[in-house]
Amino acid sequence: MTRTADRAFAAGVTALALLVPLTLAGIAALVLIDSWPSIQRFGFAYLTTSIWDPVHVIFGAAAYVYGTVVTTIVAVLLAAPIAVGAAIFLSEFAPPRIRGILAYLIELLAYIPSIVYGLWAIFVMVPVMRATVEPALQNTLGRVPVIGQLFSGPIVGLDLLSGGVVLAIMILPILTAVSREVILAVPPTQREAMIGLGATRWEAVRHAVLPYARPGIIGGVVLGVARAFGETMAVTMVVGNSSRDITGSLFVPGYTLASAIANQFVEADSEIYFSAIVEVAVVLLLVAIVVNGIARVLIRRSIADRPAGAVV
Amino acid sequence: MATAIVAMATVPERHRVTARRRLTERVVVSLLGLATVLGIVLLFLILAHVVINGLPALDLAFFTQRPKPFGEDGGGVEPAILGTLELAAASGLLAIPIGIAAAIFVVEYRSGRFAAPVRFAAELIAGLPSIVIGVFVWALLVRGWVGHYAGIAGAVALAVIMVPIVARTVEEVLKLVPHSLREAALALGAPKWKVILRVVVPTARAGIATAAILAIARSAGETAPLLLTALGNDFFSTDLLRPIDALPLRIYRYALSPYEDWHTKAWGASLVLVTVIGLLSLALRLAVRRGAR
Repeated sequence: MTRTADRAFAAGVTALALLVPLTLAGIAALVLIDSWPSIQRFGFAYLTTSIWDPVHVIFGAAAYVYGTVVTTIVAVLLAAPIAVGAAIFLSEFAPPRIRGILAYLIELLAYIPSIVYGLWAIFVMVPVMRATVEPALQNTLGRVPVIGQLFSGPIVGLDLLSGGVVLAIMILPILTAVSREVILAVPPTQREAMIGLGATRWEAVRHAVLPYARPGIIGGVVLGVARAFGETMAVTMVVGNSSRDITGSLFVPGYTLASAIANQFVEADSEIYFSAIVEVAVVLLLVAIVVNGIARVLIRRSIADRPAGAVV
Repeated sequence: MATAIVAMATVPERHRVTARRRLTERVVVSLLGLATVLGIVLLFLILAHVVINGLPALDLAFFTQRPKPFGEDGGGVEPAILGTLELAAASGLLAIPIGIAAAIFVVEYRSGRFAAPVRFAAELIAGLPSIVIGVFVWALLVRGWVGHYAGIAGAVALAVIMVPIVARTVEEVLKLVPHSLREAALALGAPKWKVILRVVVPTARAGIATAAILAIARSAGETAPLLLTALGNDFFSTDLLRPIDALPLRIYRYALSPYEDWHTKAWGASLVLVTVIGLLSLALRLAVRRGAR
């Protein structure tokens, strides 16, 4: 009787739990099946051409990949210094009494839904970008040879740069949280030894804490990359969604992988068009798995594998 | 320690805290503080815009009326509010038991062959862009079993997003339940299922509630998967087998419209959404604090 009940319970729990790997397998299988016609027809050229022409049935997602990579790079370049700086401040320098509340406030940024960021970006951020930030960039950095190319062209506000900036705000909390956790996991003896040798607190952080925490911080940045890559709504609302050319300027309206799905999924009216759109999801799926995997390995190495209080 | 000594050796000729070093310290710490302040200023800036722009939209009609047709002022977003509540309830009912079961499976049956794959799969799903989950549920339900856009498809999409959050959080909580409790119950002759349901789960009750709130707070604002599943609906409908409206969908539609009145309503809907999520996150913080005490 007891044994039967035990078995039934174990079977129930197992069945429910196995839904999780089953769902993952289902996701992979369904998107692969649906994208198969496109994969077969366009092969590797899908990733290297930027012609996306439903009328002539030629689909290449290079421009989407480009838009995603550019917005992600902008986001990480802007967010990483701020996030790591805030993480160092919150774990090492902030008055202990307000540390918790400051960290909580930054964490709250993660609770604001993507769609609200999008709304804010369209009506508040983009007008500022268009009227102030982008003209200023064009008049200063835009005149510098080579990198001036990044800030060339007519200013519309709805462009790759705006997409990157809103992404930067959105990945700020996760970057800060991971960096802070990693820095807090550095054994106190690291700091104490350095301060005992006569270092100031910043010197101790710079030379004894940060090198120790580096893999984890990089892991946090990679995790931010993973978030930025797949983020859909806010970027879709400000990135422009029109030009499909690769020009090298941040001031052109672009497309990202995720925004291409959001915008065109319902429009896709032929089987091959639909299949090409689903292949965008395959690309996102693969990148998400690889990037998250790398991030987790780096962060774990920094936190979990070192027993608390370990010296090296 | 060794790292510290090596590092110290690379700092040339700095045995005394000179004025210059003190200045560097001050400048750097100020910059770090500035970075922190910048993050917090952004939070308040966004919240201030949502409150200032959203408050004028909040009248009785906003909560009790259906949206007006294109270009007409007035009306409200009642279907979206009810839809979001309904989607949260339905996805919670689906995701919370599965998430808890997955956590129990991973912690209490960890010797099993499938414990590691379940955990790994949950981690991978947690890292997937939500739009990919939308594409999956579209293919499975909208094109497949249901045959058209439907609220239930939206609930399933949200549930897929919630399960890893619940599983992960509950797993941490179950691990905190002392082994001695399990052993004591087993020693008294209780079968394993009773130990889990009567001893382990009740002990972890607060943590499990936290996990549920967290998952709902995280999924309530999801938009991308709903675009491909629940679709949105101008009419009042609580039928999960038909397209259903939700606040994020309503915000998206109104934000991209050319009407001033709809923009205000988008801000109002954002204010409602952010307030609900804010309250959930506050409840979460209080619950975690009480648990820690």
